[in-house]
Amino acid sequence: MNNKFILKFDWYTFLVYFALVAIGLINIYSIGHTQEESMLSLNHAFGKQLFFGFLSIGLIFFLQFPKVKVYERYSSIFYLIILALLIGLFIFGKEVSGAKSWYSIAGFSFQPAEFAKIITALALTKHLSEINTDLTTLSDQLTSFALILLPALIILPQPDPGSTVVFLSFLLVLHTEKLPSQYLLSCIGLIVLFIMTLLIGNTIATAIVLGLGLVYIIGLDRKRRRKRLLSTLLTLVLASGFIHSVDFVFENVFEQRHRDRFNIVLGREVDTQGIGYNINQSQIAIGSGGVLGKGFLEGTQTKGNFVPEQQTDYIFTTVGEEWGFVGSFVVVVLFMILMLRILLTSRRQKNNFSRIYCYCVVCLLFAHYSINLGMVLGLIPTIGIPLPYLSYGGSNLLAFSLLLGIYLKLDANRVNEW
Amino acid sequence: MRKSLLFILVVSSGVIFTIRLFSLQVFSSDYESQSLQNSVLKEYIYPERGFIYDRNGTLIVENQPTYDLMVIPRQLQQLDTIEFCNLLKIDKKLLVDKIKEARAYSTRKPSVFLAQLSKSDYAALQEKLWKYRGFYVQKRAVRKYNTSSASNILGYISEVNRFDLRRDPYYQSGELIGRQGIEKTYEKTLRGVKGVRYLQRDKFNRVIGPYQKGELDTLPTKAQDIYLTIDIALQEYGQKLLQNKRGGIVAIEPETGEILVNVSTPTYPPDLLVGRNRSENFTVLKNDTINRPLFDRGLQGQYPPGSPFKLVNALIALQEEAITPRFRVQCNEGHYYGRNDFMKCHCSYGTKNRLNSGIYNSCNTYFANVYRRTIDHFNDPKKGMDIWSNHVKSFGMGNYLGYDHPTGQKGFIPNSDYYNYWYPNQRWGATTSLSNSIGQGEVLTTPIQLANMVATIANRGFFYKPHFVKKLQRDSIAEKYRKPNYTTIDSIHFEPVVEGMSNVVKWGTARIARVPGVEVCGKTGTVENFVRIEGEKVQLTDHSMFVAFAPRENPKIAVAVFVENGYWGGRWAAPIASLVIEKYLTGNVRRTYLENRMVNGSLVDEYQKPLSGKPFEINE
Repeated sequence: MNNKFILKFDWYTFLVYFALVAIGLINIYSIGHTQEESMLSLNHAFGKQLFFGFLSIGLIFFLQFPKVKVYERYSSIFYLIILALLIGLFIFGKEVSGAKSWYSIAGFSFQPAEFAKIITALALTKHLSEINTDLTTLSDQLTSFALILLPALIILPQPDPGSTVVFLSFLLVLHTEKLPSQYLLSCIGLIVLFIMTLLIGNTIATAIVLGLGLVYIIGLDRKRRRKRLLSTLLTLVLASGFIHSVDFVFENVFEQRHRDRFNIVLGREVDTQGIGYNINQSQIAIGSGGVLGKGFLEGTQTKGNFVPEQQTDYIFTTVGEEWGFVGSFVVVVLFMILMLRILLTSRRQKNNFSRIYCYCVVCLLFAHYSINLGMVLGLIPTIGIPLPYLSYGGSNLLAFSLLLGIYLKLDANRVNEW
Repeated sequence: MRKSLLFILVVSSGVIFTIRLFSLQVFSSDYESQSLQNSVLKEYIYPERGFIYDRNGTLIVENQPTYDLMVIPRQLQQLDTIEFCNLLKIDKKLLVDKIKEARAYSTRKPSVFLAQLSKSDYAALQEKLWKYRGFYVQKRAVRKYNTSSASNILGYISEVNRFDLRRDPYYQSGELIGRQGIEKTYEKTLRGVKGVRYLQRDKFNRVIGPYQKGELDTLPTKAQDIYLTIDIALQEYGQKLLQNKRGGIVAIEPETGEILVNVSTPTYPPDLLVGRNRSENFTVLKNDTINRPLFDRGLQGQYPPGSPFKLVNALIALQEEAITPRFRVQCNEGHYYGRNDFMKCHCSYGTKNRLNSGIYNSCNTYFANVYRRTIDHFNDPKKGMDIWSNHVKSFGMGNYLGYDHPTGQKGFIPNSDYYNYWYPNQRWGATTSLSNSIGQGEVLTTPIQLANMVATIANRGFFYKPHFVKKLQRDSIAEKYRKPNYTTIDSIHFEPVVEGMSNVVKWGTARIARVPGVEVCGKTGTVENFVRIEGEKVQLTDHSMFVAFAPRENPKIAVAVFVENGYWGGRWAAPIASLVIEKYLTGNVRRTYLENRMVNGSLVDEYQKPLSGKPFEINE
């Protein structure tokens, strides 16, 4: 490490990161605030998170020492280790509220799924950056999918559907790296069809899909029509089939709580006491904050513990209640700055590995941030997923610091890449 | 395009979230009140309700603690049901039912398990209560009465209903409000102003501390004690005298207008409307349409005033110079005032009465002539009637007296409009309303109006508005009770009338009302009255009526006594009034034979007559 490095180190990103962690700590302090014992105690959420905050900054600092090649070269070994750890959970895992997602070591709980996301990002980056990888070929598509789905499928039955959904967001990275558009489009198409069917029912959904298909075929000129007729018809048949399977999946594959979450967000059911309690309380908390918020330690919803999981998944409700629109907007803007900054710096990366890794970082951050805020603001069904850097949780903070630390190293290293 | 997808996603999600935040936090104001509702508890601190004393400082109404056994179902543990049930004297079924009921209401919030435990039950329970987790005892205050009388004056308190809630935003559901009597009139004085404490609560509805460090809290304002004008010993004595009779006693201190006594029988002990059986008891009282215990005869009973009204007629005639005290009339056991219209009188044939003897003999003929001369003193009977009517009204009759009690009746004093209505061709004169001269006919008064009338005579021409409250702990009583109201009669005209009243007791119709050592001035009344039984007008035994004041000079007490169907004035009303006067002025009653006769006398049989459905004799 030398002067050159300090100059090249991306201090902006680091400052945004630091601000987010600090905001998280302030709100965790407010949620757990009591007069009874020292807030700095390690038995206390705030004390613990503060400890992990220091640890994370130390980790980022530490990550700047090894040569870049270490991350690239050993990524497959890390990948195998993390797979082993994930599988090991089924045997050695500690069960917390029905989920076997934690290792318990010396009083600290360690959640490998959080790290699996980062390691998978590394491994995926490694695979995609290899010179002979071409995502237009089926074999490379399949290996990429396998890299992503392997840890995702191990995590799914733990159960941790939230993390599994995050893994699917790697599709965006693949798309950026020339994966044929059909994959992403059909993914989006399926989601749209799913929601549409739930909202308006089988028959009307089918009618709309067939109608649109017909308009599309009629709109084509003769030459193209002949060429695309078959594939369009096939798509329509598959879409109709999917529509008719939605009910089955919804009623038989989903559990009641999943159904409830969809029903609440789609407005198919109104229930502020039972299944809709979380979302109602979190909206009350955020909404009652007003423009300037109720002030630090003054949030009545926060004090009364009305919002479940407020330290972890619902930490944004405290921001909304105590700091109001201004505070919430600052958080949204900080996340946007962080992600846009990384996207912009991806352009100045000199090698594929660094560049693709940037996409992975943005992808993971985006998945967490958008799903979390979407859920807290009542825009999408409840998916239990923490808000990076703000939510309470050592593993989560360390993992996302690891993610960012590696990025910072790769970015700072571009000067040595001539 | 591929590279900008992530960029587009990041930017658009940021925009969407900002819009959503804006609509939640800046646009919508619902959430603020929802948040307050759900996390801030408004707790009221109630000042203790004011005490009520009588005029001599005797404590009549205070508060007593009662103990409600509360239960929080969530904290319940296995308990020794047999011991617990024995302790509370309940059976196991009740225990199970009550807990089920409480659980249905809330598992975390306390419910009343048993309301209003007696002190002894509480004492027994208190020692063992530590064994029963989830139960605790909550203290509440209810009214405690140190008298079994005066319920008609004191009134009662009860829970606010939805009309109260709509009328006065001060009250919250479940609070108590003065519903009747002094408790109602002086509600604001007796209750004080409650304080408010805002508390932060958590999702289980548990209080976890003050809200905004208590900055919004307000302190309660202490309630005030009230001193009544009532002499509670005299009140109880009056009630004893009137027992087994229907009627009322109203006594007023003439020089202040303070109401010393307001007895109405049949009545009920005030503590009947306190405690566990309140609503049950109230229904019984309310539905008793024969005895009407909730009906205050002293304030609400409208009766023809009878002979005491002659005093007023005499005063008006003197004022209008229609007669002089020397005006003389011969009575022939009554007189003809029309070709076939005869008014009876109990004077023997050929009796010649002047004003003095007219009063003490209560001569109908004399006062019929006095009345005719008054009305005919003017060239038009309408004018005469209106002048007469205004004089009567200046005594406080024919309208609410303005006392500080929510019940009452106006009574009725006719004027020329009234007779014009019933005799549209204007063919009416003094004889048309001749019954007014002897207090029958159209005039109606309440006992308190008569008491006020006699107090006015005692004062020789003015009265203070009668009132029930002597002083408040901090505030002063209303201005209107502290200034005299003058009648339209000059004070010089009173002395002849007072002389006549004195003779009523000395050798007139109410010799039984003589009080040793005190010069009592009074006037008897025997009031004809009618009811409708199955559509037919039936005459009942006359009401017994007496008004008096004493002593003659510098009077201390003015009384009106009314006993329904007591036959004649000297039979019940006069003795009772004199006993009340004796008790009040001398402190003890020497005429115990009379006292015993009054206390033990009963008119229950008389009241049964019209209810029996059989033909019956009256005035026997």
